[in-house]
Amino acid sequence: MSWARQNLFSGWGNTLTTVLIGFVLVWALVPFLDWAVFSADWVGSKRVDCNTGGACWVYVIQRFDQFMYGFYPEAERWRVDVGAVLLMIALMLFFLPRVTGRLALVFLLLALPVGWILLTGQGLGLPAVETRLWGGMMLTVVLTVAGLALAFPVAILLALGRRSSLPVVRISCTAFIELWRGVPLITVLFMASVMLPLFLPDGASVDKLLRALIGVSLFAGAYLAEVIRGGLQAIPRGQYEAAAALGLGYWKTMIYVILPQALRHVIPGLINTVIALFKDTTLVLIIGMFDFLGIIQASLNDQEWLGLAAEGYVFAALVYWSICFGLSRLSINVEQRSGVYRG
Amino acid sequence: MAEPVIKVEQVHKWFGSHQALAGIDLSVMAGERIVVCGPSGSGKSTLVRCMNGLETMNAGKITVNQIDLAGGSAAVEQVRKSVGMVFQQFNLFPHLTVEENLCLAPTRSLGLSQANAQERARKYLERVHIPEQAGKFPLQLSGGQQQRVAIARALCMEPQIMLFDEPTSALDPEMIKEVLDVIAELAADGMTMVCVTHEMGLARAMADRIVFLDEGQIVEEAPPSEFFKAPKSDRTKQFLSRILQH
Amino acid sequence: MVAVAVVIAGAVWLFGNTLDNLANRGIASGFSFLKSTAGFGISTSLIDFSEASSIGRAFWVGLLNTLLVSAISVVLATILGFAIGIARFSKNWLLGRVATVYVETLRNIPLLLQIFFWYFAVLRALPGPRQSYDLAGWFFLNNRGFYIPKLEIIDGGGWVLLGAVVMAFLAFWQCRHKGISRSCAGLAVLLFISLLAVGSVSVPALTGFNFTGGTVLSPELVALVIALSSYTAAFIAEIVRAGVQSVPRGQIEAADALSLPDKDRMRFVVIPQALRVIVPLLTNQYLNLTKNSSLAAAIAFPDLVSVFAGTVLNITGQAIEIIGITMAVYLTISLTIAFSMNIFNRTTAMRGLSS
Ligand SMILES: Nc1ncnc2c1ncn2[C@@H]1O[C@H](COP(=O)(O)OP(=O)(O)OP(=O)(O)O)[C@@H](O)[C@H]1O
Ligand SMILES: [Mg+2]
Repeated sequence: MSWARQNLFSGWGNTLTTVLIGFVLVWALVPFLDWAVFSADWVGSKRVDCNTGGACWVYVIQRFDQFMYGFYPEAERWRVDVGAVLLMIALMLFFLPRVTGRLALVFLLLALPVGWILLTGQGLGLPAVETRLWGGMMLTVVLTVAGLALAFPVAILLALGRRSSLPVVRISCTAFIELWRGVPLITVLFMASVMLPLFLPDGASVDKLLRALIGVSLFAGAYLAEVIRGGLQAIPRGQYEAAAALGLGYWKTMIYVILPQALRHVIPGLINTVIALFKDTTLVLIIGMFDFLGIIQASLNDQEWLGLAAEGYVFAALVYWSICFGLSRLSINVEQRSGVYRG
Repeated sequence: MAEPVIKVEQVHKWFGSHQALAGIDLSVMAGERIVVCGPSGSGKSTLVRCMNGLETMNAGKITVNQIDLAGGSAAVEQVRKSVGMVFQQFNLFPHLTVEENLCLAPTRSLGLSQANAQERARKYLERVHIPEQAGKFPLQLSGGQQQRVAIARALCMEPQIMLFDEPTSALDPEMIKEVLDVIAELAADGMTMVCVTHEMGLARAMADRIVFLDEGQIVEEAPPSEFFKAPKSDRTKQFLSRILQH
Repeated sequence: MVAVAVVIAGAVWLFGNTLDNLANRGIASGFSFLKSTAGFGISTSLIDFSEASSIGRAFWVGLLNTLLVSAISVVLATILGFAIGIARFSKNWLLGRVATVYVETLRNIPLLLQIFFWYFAVLRALPGPRQSYDLAGWFFLNNRGFYIPKLEIIDGGGWVLLGAVVMAFLAFWQCRHKGISRSCAGLAVLLFISLLAVGSVSVPALTGFNFTGGTVLSPELVALVIALSSYTAAFIAEIVRAGVQSVPRGQIEAADALSLPDKDRMRFVVIPQALRVIVPLLTNQYLNLTKNSSLAAAIAFPDLVSVFAGTVLNITGQAIEIIGITMAVYLTISLTIAFSMNIFNRTTAMRGLSS
């Protein structure tokens, strides 16, 4: 009671604010909750089953598998599930207290190609699944993870290059980074999808997904490079001098002394880049791919399920939000645990 | 008998489980000059900060000019208008010039016109002997000058009472005197003040009463002559012997 | 040396491939396509444009639309972002919570999804002109867009206005230095009178099935502006919060000890010092917003990417030139914003902080 008096009703201005906000909240939230939960339709299989005037979740439930797997053949979807489990394990290893970073890294480096082979089916005797059938959340995750995996080595080289003592290397790395950071992702994707084929010998074609991945990883690489550079800058000169005193060369110093420390410093920054990239992958729908948002957007034009834009977007928002919010909490958690950023 | 301008009754203050003030009683009469001293962590800052509501107490009562500081934000604001405060770290606004530092509160809080406020600012800058620095930014001044600007800033509100929290502790030795001189001049003009300081010379010269604080309690309270010559408690003696050694 | 040789060889190989490909597909090269006739129309344009106009002009239409959307959104995002960022420090618990929820919701949902939501689920789902939402009889919102009053100026009136604005501006500078509020007010009145003399306001009104008078902002524009500014505001709010938290406690205590009212403490003590932290980060957000405005392509608002890297590229096929120009434009905008914010930072935000 006294809490309420102090925080909500101290003085007339405060009381007025409380009442006003309370009114708006009730005015907005009550109808929304009614629509989304209380008078929503959950069971059925057709558009006509939605007749209460509330949200038609039947449509989301009916389409759920497609939203997750895209057009991946139904019989082969277990491969996507296995890939997802592999990825989960790899990520969990990084945050389990008793597993060393090196073990987690090795597992991840193995899991990535295994997952890719599993999904494409090349070389395992499994039926091949063309990448144009990939879609939904699965494609979104592939774009994010593969994009990052390709971007990471590029980013490390760019970050080191930007701090190099050779002017040619430094200037070209800086220019490269600033170029990608200065233009919108959509132009990069356009470039990858229209210009890339022009550069290759006649007849050679690059898979559309691969083209998008190249664009995404160049773009993400530039941003990651800046994050990593921040970590490199935080390493005191003494560390370089100590390594030099031990007779380590440039690459050995970097690999064994500097990078392990620098990367640990920037884990929160890296996670934030992952969140940004995860959200940015939605842009591939503009170049005609069906990622999670893309496939929902496409399904809104289905003649049998017209007029369900609100349902589709609310569902998509909920999914994206849960993942991004979860990741951002993880980043805060890491930050507090390492204590690097405090003080 | 006249009412005290500041009346502190049985004030307790906890920071979490740590007790910073343990039942303080203190009265300050109009025109009186009180020096508060004591070892580090004894609660001196906490006490003066309670007197203008920068710190809220957990138990007890403080009245300033009969206004109870527990009476909500309006009461606190009214008290602060009649109480000036000078901090150890100056706390000047670095993005404003000296003159702007001085004029901000008079115009915004007292409603003075810009011209009147500027006139006031000039007057008090002269009083602290740096009228020529009005156009500079705080970080362009020496520490002693900055602290004098801080004093002038508090004076511009024409307060009845001045609180000082170790005004010379952050200064280099050669600058301490210029600030102490200004404080002594204020004291000579009859300003009511409560000053936390380790400068025993200042205490001897201007204090009507010295209050010795230890572990959140007032251990000794006496005029300087008595305080320095015949301290009653052992803790005071110990403190004095340590501080007067050099 | 080997590395350099490999790079050069690679470049030559790519260049050769490209020439072959262009030749095979019958794609021209060079910039002469800018002079040819566009042959398509553009729905929203700040300058005259028709199918007979040149492609070069279409480029300007797109660029101006990008700048228009970005400029409006930057202003709105800044206002909203500062309001929300400051609200997070409110003494009112409810207000602080609402601000936090706003930030955490908006910034964790992809911008493109938000644009789609505003465009397809809100603006396109609005009723037709006859059932418009009416705001004070001056503004109307329906599925054709947002109708707002328009200022119409008689011929030659523009010069009068320009003169008045310049005079008001000069007077403003005078006032800042001398504090003469009366002459300032006088000039404001003069400006207002000259406006009345040369201009008139045209208010939109429903005639038959549609509105006449005023001007209309297309649903695409409105959706884009709402989405861009509300999304960026969430990030700006976080920046403002970080900036405010960076101001030392002593500063706030000094303001309190001087009994500065809460809002003046914020305005004169906290915000100016917080700007030191805020401005560089804010610059980044402005850049992001401008780049994000290219998502216009997804709802067919004719911004630079949509018109030039979309429509024009499809017609001419000159991918290299077009993508090159587009990227160069964004780079220029990025550098310009970064440069001008740098100047602002030096002259205003860092005031008194570098001795
Ligand atoms: N904001 C705070 N949070 C927690 N503890 C505090 C806080 N402020 C002061 N304290 C504690 O309360 C006690 C009294 O502090 P105070 O600052 O009043 O001491 P002081 O006598 O002014 O010491 P000094 O001479 O070092 O300035 C100290 O032990 C201090 O650690
Ligand atoms: Mg102290």
